Amino acid sequence: MAVDGINQDSLSHDGKPLRVALVGNPNVGKSVLFNALTGSYVTVSNYPGTSVEVSRGSTVIDGQTWQVIDTPGMYAIHTITEEERVAREILLHEKPDVVLHVLDARNLERMLAMTVQLIEANLPVILVVNIMDEAERMGLKIDLELLQQRLGIPVIGAASTRKRGLDEIRVAISSYGTQPRIERSFPYGRLLEYDISEVIWLMTGEYLLSRRSLAVLLLQGDEEITEMVRHKEGDGYAVLAEKVREKAFERRDSFHLDLSLQRNSIVKNIIQGVFSEPDKRVITISDRLSTWSVRPLTGIPMMLVVLYFGLYKFVGEFGAGTVVDLLDKRIFVDIVNPWMITTVKEIIPWEIIQELFVGEYGIITLAFRYAVGIILPIVATFFIFFSFLEDTGYFPRLALLVDRLFKHFGLTGRAVIPMVLGFGCDTMATLVTRTLETVRERVIATLLLALAIPCSAQLGVIISLLSKETGALAVWGVCMLLIFVLVGVLATKIMPGEAPVFYMELPPMRLPQLSNVFTKTYTRMQWYFIEILPLFILASVLLWLGKVTGFIGTAINSMTPVMSSLGLPKEAAVAFIFGFFRRDYGAAGLYDLQAQGMLNARQLTVAAVTLTLFIPCIAQFLVMKKERGWKVAGGIGLFVSLLAFSSGYVLNQFLLLTGIL
Amino acid sequence: MKLSCNAEEILEALWIAVEEKRLPALDPQYAGIPLDDPAYRELAERALIEIRQGMIYFRPEGREEGRMTIRRHRLAERLMMDVLNIRGDDGNHQACQFEHLLNEGVDVKVCTMLNHPTTCPHGNPIPPGECCHKARADGDLGVVPLTEFKSGQEGEIAYIQTDDNKKMQKLMAMGVLPGNRIILTQAYPSYVFRVGYSEFAIDTNLAKEIFVRK
Repeated sequence: MAVDGINQDSLSHDGKPLRVALVGNPNVGKSVLFNALTGSYVTVSNYPGTSVEVSRGSTVIDGQTWQVIDTPGMYAIHTITEEERVAREILLHEKPDVVLHVLDARNLERMLAMTVQLIEANLPVILVVNIMDEAERMGLKIDLELLQQRLGIPVIGAASTRKRGLDEIRVAISSYGTQPRIERSFPYGRLLEYDISEVIWLMTGEYLLSRRSLAVLLLQGDEEITEMVRHKEGDGYAVLAEKVREKAFERRDSFHLDLSLQRNSIVKNIIQGVFSEPDKRVITISDRLSTWSVRPLTGIPMMLVVLYFGLYKFVGEFGAGTVVDLLDKRIFVDIVNPWMITTVKEIIPWEIIQELFVGEYGIITLAFRYAVGIILPIVATFFIFFSFLEDTGYFPRLALLVDRLFKHFGLTGRAVIPMVLGFGCDTMATLVTRTLETVRERVIATLLLALAIPCSAQLGVIISLLSKETGALAVWGVCMLLIFVLVGVLATKIMPGEAPVFYMELPPMRLPQLSNVFTKTYTRMQWYFIEILPLFILASVLLWLGKVTGFIGTAINSMTPVMSSLGLPKEAAVAFIFGFFRRDYGAAGLYDLQAQGMLNARQLTVAAVTLTLFIPCIAQFLVMKKERGWKVAGGIGLFVSLLAFSSGYVLNQFLLLTGIL
Repeated sequence: MKLSCNAEEILEALWIAVEEKRLPALDPQYAGIPLDDPAYRELAERALIEIRQGMIYFRPEGREEGRMTIRRHRLAERLMMDVLNIRGDDGNHQACQFEHLLNEGVDVKVCTMLNHPTTCPHGNPIPPGECCHKARADGDLGVVPLTEFKSGQEGEIAYIQTDDNKKMQKLMAMGVLPGNRIILTQAYPSYVFRVGYSEFAIDTNLAKEIFVRK
């Protein structure tokens, strides 16, 4: 169904493909619908709180190509968080030809408030009442016909995970615009209407959204909208701004509340007779599971079980152990590398160039081997674990369980998602810190990710390295935890800013659909691979250059004092130089050193701790710079490097003194 | 007919003297209103007080009237301080004026809104009214922050009290709107509640700003 490229007759009159945007609250099944519509397994990215990106795909309905845009969840047109802002951008600037408002049938009343806002904004809305299957199981009845009449827009019942309602949605999209649109608005109370009309009266610019909805947003003090209106209105803006200020002041105490209450009563009128629920609430197994997962007494053991089996057993032992052994040792070292080495040597006569491809730091023998043989299996198993857990709806529950604890680090439970994701890929997790609400939280989370959260590749290698020496893993774990807590608590004390607030919607617990889990894993893997492979190759080339010019030897020698102060052999410097390119690359470098028997238990532990804390990989650093700016990123980089080596030094002295290892 | 303001002041002073200071009677000079004020005659004519040898005594009906007057005064003080946030002398002065308006059922409303307070801001007891007894008998907690709910308890959202607009909007986006039913399913480590068919988790800071009625 998905097509690449756009042919001529599928374009609308102004030369652009028609566009349909999916909007709605978080967790209503927009992404599943997106997948089902586009048939693409390429650009799924909407998971509650883990993505702030917009994804696009395409589909053909009745010979017409449509671009389908999936947006992050939003609660209302008046946006509060960054994801919501991203979603609204689409509505504000992209002029979609159809807006699919997807909502959860079980929460019709609450979510219809946004439908009303979208209609008020004069957007071409189709309402998709999703998750009908679960609603029916709970005994809820919804009269879609009547709802359609009352709203004056197409209304379709669907269960997108079961592909129910899909054909109707397609028909509705393609036939939209063929029927004349009925201008419909839902009046507020008399006073509010008066205030709104006074503001509208002063507006002269041309907008994509209706003036009525913009006037309401202005009164709500929406900064982005205010900025846009100021730009459009030009000279007339001063008078308008004065009026808005005056009205906002008059209603200062209760504008948001009044508006919400009035919308609520509009919605109540709409659903009168549309929505009926059973007298007694049906308690499902998922409800029970949900309850167990959030009660501390059962929830904490559950969390430990999930982490043990998920992270340690599946990612650590299976991914980093079994699969890496198979891929790296059996396939790369035994088969691919020897074969490649002979082939390359046959083709290329110059030794220096041979080195570039199959030498010590060769693109094939090192970069590809590391990327495919060691990193890929670990990251893949981690992403399977993460995506599975994500689809069960467990993360928000984990978040509420750890919120109190995280408050000590200046974070809220919300940060649990970037933190857990950080165990997969710190770079990706740093991107996701955008979902945190205050700048302060984002900076603290970025710092902790850069410092104390090892990514899966690194973690996998470190676990498999350290588990060979009794006690080493425990020492490493305690060090990480200690530094995480210490730095978190200190950062909270030092950094200015208000205490963060925690709130989160708990989606129902579900058994994940495997196809969906693999789609997500695949997408993440793809992202990851596109990001790392060039860096690995670049690293190989630079290291090769370094070796050819003798720079590596100089660098290793110049780092010898640092290494010896940590009690490490000078060859360990290579792992640190690798580590600068990628953390996992560095860890993999340690792996090689250990395989050659150059490190004892103490040295191994010190090296592992230092390397885990050490400066994040280039990719993470670049994302830090992009998200937080040069100053913060540079500060964090410097702090992390200093702390890494001083912690390594202290740990080495401590271990020598106590003789634990 | 309503009593004059001065008459109410005298009743209050008398009630404090007799009920709280355990004196047999009130000396008019402590009431701050001279004995020749018509208010004394007004009270005497209504058979609320008795004046003997220059001292003021309660008649049985007057005792009850005094109790209700002092109750209104102290409720007014609470209102000034807790809700309107007017403190100090100004608050006291405003309360003096305000109490005279708290008649005919208004005191019941105010008392319920303040969740049947037992003491005034100065720590003096507020005599309970009918509404307080009834609330106690029904086990009605009145309007309390969500943090006072036990897990499993169900109620109706009364109002949201926050200075922070963003917080207010977050809460409203979750369906936390006055009039909606709310069930607290868990209170630790975070507050977990259900509105409609959705479940939400919030921290103590947000929970204490949601006021609910049982």
